[in-house]
Amino acid sequence: MSQTILDMRNIRKCFGPVKALSGVNLKVGDGEIHAICGENGAGKSTLMKILSGVYPHGSFEGEIHFDGSPRCFQDLRDSEALGVCIIHQELALVPMLSITENLFLGNEISRHGVIDWHQAHARANDLLARVGLDTRPQTLVGNLGIGQQQLVEIAKALAKDVRLLILDEPTASLNEKDSDRLLKLMLELKSRGITSIIISHKLNEIGRVADQITVIRDGTTVDVIDCRDVGIDEGRVVRYMVGRELSDRYPARVAAIGGVLFEVQGWSVGDPARPERDRIRNVNFHVRRGEVVGIAGLMGAGRTEFAMSVFGRSYGVNIRGKALLEGREVDLGNVRKAIDQGLAYATEDRKGAGLVLGESITRNTSMANLAAVSSRWVMNELAETAVAVEYRSRLRIRSADVTQSVEKLSGGNQQKVVLGKWLFANPKVLILDEPTRGIDVGAKYEIYGVVNQVVSEGRGVVMISSEMPELLGTCDRIYVMNEGRFVGEFAIAEASQEKIMHAIMRNEVIQ
Amino acid sequence: MSEASMSLSSRANALTAFKRGAREYGLLLSLIVIMVFFQVATGGALLQPLNLTNLLLQNSYIVVMALGMLMVIVCGHIDLSVGSVVGVVGSIAAVLMVQYRLDFFTVTVICLFTGAVIGAAQGYWVAVWGMPSFIVTLAGMLIFRGATIAISQGQSIGPFPPEFAAISSGFIPDFFAHEHLRITSLLLGIAVAVTFWVIEYRSRARIQNSGGNVAPLAMFALKNGLVAGLLVYFCYLLSTYRGIPTVLVIMSVLIGLYTFIMNRTVIGRWVYAVGGNLKAARLSGINTSRVTFFAFVNMGVLAAVAGLIFVARLNSATPRGGTGFELDVIAAVFIGGASASGGVGKVVGVVIGAFIMGVLNNGMSIMGIGIDYQQMIKGAVLLAAVFVDVYQKNKG
Repeated sequence: MSQTILDMRNIRKCFGPVKALSGVNLKVGDGEIHAICGENGAGKSTLMKILSGVYPHGSFEGEIHFDGSPRCFQDLRDSEALGVCIIHQELALVPMLSITENLFLGNEISRHGVIDWHQAHARANDLLARVGLDTRPQTLVGNLGIGQQQLVEIAKALAKDVRLLILDEPTASLNEKDSDRLLKLMLELKSRGITSIIISHKLNEIGRVADQITVIRDGTTVDVIDCRDVGIDEGRVVRYMVGRELSDRYPARVAAIGGVLFEVQGWSVGDPARPERDRIRNVNFHVRRGEVVGIAGLMGAGRTEFAMSVFGRSYGVNIRGKALLEGREVDLGNVRKAIDQGLAYATEDRKGAGLVLGESITRNTSMANLAAVSSRWVMNELAETAVAVEYRSRLRIRSADVTQSVEKLSGGNQQKVVLGKWLFANPKVLILDEPTRGIDVGAKYEIYGVVNQVVSEGRGVVMISSEMPELLGTCDRIYVMNEGRFVGEFAIAEASQEKIMHAIMRNEVIQ
Repeated sequence: MSEASMSLSSRANALTAFKRGAREYGLLLSLIVIMVFFQVATGGALLQPLNLTNLLLQNSYIVVMALGMLMVIVCGHIDLSVGSVVGVVGSIAAVLMVQYRLDFFTVTVICLFTGAVIGAAQGYWVAVWGMPSFIVTLAGMLIFRGATIAISQGQSIGPFPPEFAAISSGFIPDFFAHEHLRITSLLLGIAVAVTFWVIEYRSRARIQNSGGNVAPLAMFALKNGLVAGLLVYFCYLLSTYRGIPTVLVIMSVLIGLYTFIMNRTVIGRWVYAVGGNLKAARLSGINTSRVTFFAFVNMGVLAAVAGLIFVARLNSATPRGGTGFELDVIAAVFIGGASASGGVGKVVGVVIGAFIMGVLNNGMSIMGIGIDYQQMIKGAVLLAAVFVDVYQKNKG
């Protein structure tokens, strides 16, 4: 076995009365890729904050040995000085600055306080070549896609002579192609002797790159799996993560599909940034009663834009086309009208556009349907609380009570609050945009269960997802979208990942 | 869950409920501490019935505007023009009443309407065009100050007809002919205190019944007993002078109305949602630009009310009337616990915030502290109050 570069021993950490970590051990070999798995709230992020010095030495119990000697990091700078770099799920780049400026932010290449742009750009070019990003270093970071920004983050770590690179959910918001690229890059860095820790929910990705897996549950290390030789045993990982066997990751459902419930015809939408260009082009779409319809596609294919343009024209200009609900043409001119007609759209941007983070579960649940818990403009708080209590127990939202602010809930529970809000609005068609992004296996399973429940009541569900297995596991029919058009439509029996990818590659519009 | 852990968790819940309320109690306590300090420092002059009456009159227009400003700030905006709006409405009232001899009622309606139009004019740029409210209302501040000077032609205009001046200098009538005590005022004070108690108690019971967390009964009784007691005590003090001023009645009605709007109505929910997360509010079917527009119209009307109260108190309108009010009003809202990023702030807090500023002004003036130091101290208090807020938030 190779030498150990990082050894965290019996780490314990409390926040007030709450035990976040109660004895985590993490041993990472030099030059390996080490995965950390665990449900949301298991303590992975806390552990990484301790490692990187965000929680300073003394605020927790246990020892950290890095490179053979015990370390007492006081802040991020201490850990970075030794080459420990962490890349968070929410990227920390300045969008209005160029790639070069971001790469050397805080470590500017300068002489007597004057920046040497020539050298800075040259070094930036080097670093970009190392991460395989083919872009001019003068480009503003805000103009890059998420996948490219992630590569810039890694280049930034390389600029600091990183020895241990920590990636927190690096592929959560990447499409398949970018994820693939990132994983390849990790393997390449490994070949150059850089050690990585990857935190991820995606077992297939971990299986591709990881040498060892540490599984954490409820603040304790429950298993360490070596998968260098035998490959990953998904069942074992999942079993340890949730403490129970998830024999099937998608709950079974007997499809009872009825007539067409909602339909759009000839739907075209102008791009608000460039109104002369159509972002969505002549899309025909329908969903039946009791049906789960998926929309597959790469990042930027226009799936979110399509859904939002339908949902009360929340996106786009110059919208053309017909929308029919239960056979009648309906006016979806604004969000209120769309909700009143029976549409609901749960956004992909849970924190940014789905919830009022500072408010309680109760107030978030009632937000889209205040009319039902008020009379003549006066709120009926009793009824409102009752509604929140009902959805909290129905969706099994884990919280102290319904007055708790949603800010402090885990991602999975926040997503359930968003679902509760839209279920309370009593929609006929529920559009879910990336409903399981960044949430753990257990919560995903519960959300699929809710979807099944919703369609069993004769409603329709539209599921937008970048995870193909999820679409294949939950949908009855899948549309494939590319460059603002539908390029494929498959009944579930004939759908497969390969067919979907082929449809995207062929890029031929379906009739 | 076992019995023991149940009681443990219910105690923990009571603790969080207590912490949640701590900010409000803390604010009230600081007001009391400041009052006690000045009561001692001024040798008892602060709570002299005459001075207490003055304090209320001086503060009334700030409180009234702070109610509107709270809504604007919770929406995530700011209104810098309110001082100038006070000036413009005051001078319009003066010109119409003194020079054109229009009657009191007509003028009031015209003035409130003017306020609404001004608010709508500014809200239009903010809500429909998405211009930053800071800039729109900065422009408004200049425009309406200029308009004030133009309307009053640079002159002070007065005096007003006595029935108008009575808004600010009048007291509620007394039906008992007691020599030293205005008994009607005292009874009214007691009635309000009792109503306050009943409302608070019922809302506590309501929360408890629906499974929410409430502070322990003793805590509740102490806090509300304190508030009710102070209410009765102040009304008693006022009764020994000339009774409850008319302005106090106007102010109290507005405070009650806005507490109700912000806490119990759909509009209140919209305002908090828009300020808390604009995108989420929009995607939940709330017409966010209409809510923002409404907040500015409402601010304009309340600034007009304040303008009327202000000129009635001075019994004349001056070209510089209302200058700098926006700063006192905004300070009161932030001291009262509103967040500059929107979505957070309560009516109670803002009213207490306004009185903290008012007592500071009044107390320091009695002590003969120069305007130079007064400004510095007020600035420091604003900074300290918001710092405590930020500090507590960072600590989690």
